[in-house]
Amino acid sequence: MKVLLGIGGSDDSIRALEQVIARTAEVGDDLTVAIVENPRSPRSREEIAERTREELDVAGVDAEIRQVEGDPGSELVDVAEREGFDEIALGGGQTSPMGKINVGSIAEFVLLNAHTSVKLVR
Amino acid sequence: MTGPERYPDDHTDGFPSPPRTVEDAEGRTIELRVYDGSDAEREALQAMYEAFDPADRAQGIPPSRPSKLRGWLDRILDDDCFNVFAWDGDGVVGHVTLVPENGTESPYELAIFVLQSHQGAGIGTALIETTLGYGAEQGITQVWLTVERWNRAAVGLYEKIGFETTDAESFELEMAIRLDDQTESTG
Repeated sequence: MKVLLGIGGSDDSIRALEQVIARTAEVGDDLTVAIVENPRSPRSREEIAERTREELDVAGVDAEIRQVEGDPGSELVDVAEREGFDEIALGGGQTSPMGKINVGSIAEFVLLNAHTSVKLVR
Repeated sequence: MTGPERYPDDHTDGFPSPPRTVEDAEGRTIELRVYDGSDAEREALQAMYEAFDPADRAQGIPPSRPSKLRGWLDRILDDDCFNVFAWDGDGVVGHVTLVPENGTESPYELAIFVLQSHQGAGIGTALIETTLGYGAEQGITQVWLTVERWNRAAVGLYEKIGFETTDAESFELEMAIRLDDQTESTG
């Protein structure tokens, strides 16, 4: 399966990165990691790319890492459609201090607009 | 996530303080009291959540699995949090919790749960107002929450109490209220 993982650097996106790479190593998916804009990210784009390379190395997985400019939700949906991806994977939401799950606007846009399957990783 | 980037400019004050006794719309006598830190009261709260209808869960809480429920109660009943319970006799039928992001100087996140058998009787409004009164006494000035935006009843209730929407860009509305710091009041 051809999987497009979108990450912006929030904690839940890093969790998604780890889990999707582990899954890819298991089942041999064709993975592309798209690093998208997130003004509220605690990590820089270069840090995220470096982290991604490390995770891929440790898991022994080969994947393209791509920097994606512009609105994250619409860019992910557009790339997935144009390039024939089967699934878009995203972080499954931030957790509030008391433990409430909050799904962000990127995930919402992708859920409502993607013609592929969408996986939110918890 | 850390709550709103900005809070309403206007302060809201005049909320009542616990303990209070109110009569709900069904004529039941409901006591609103601050959690006393005892195991007995914690067990009464846990019993309410064990009886909770999964359909009334919000954004993953309360957790269903017993071990997760205990872990969640550990977090929200911690010393830096503020908790007010609504009692009908010996049973807890409602609960408001205020949980800080990072220490008592930071903004507090609010959540409310009312047992299905006691919903729609005005307990939620009384419980939130009383907890905000308690929080103001304790020096809290910034309170925020998120609510699923299709939950119009809840959004209307929060607005009536004085919360304003601070972020409406995703599934959950983010709302906030600014309280008067009652500890600095010179009366």
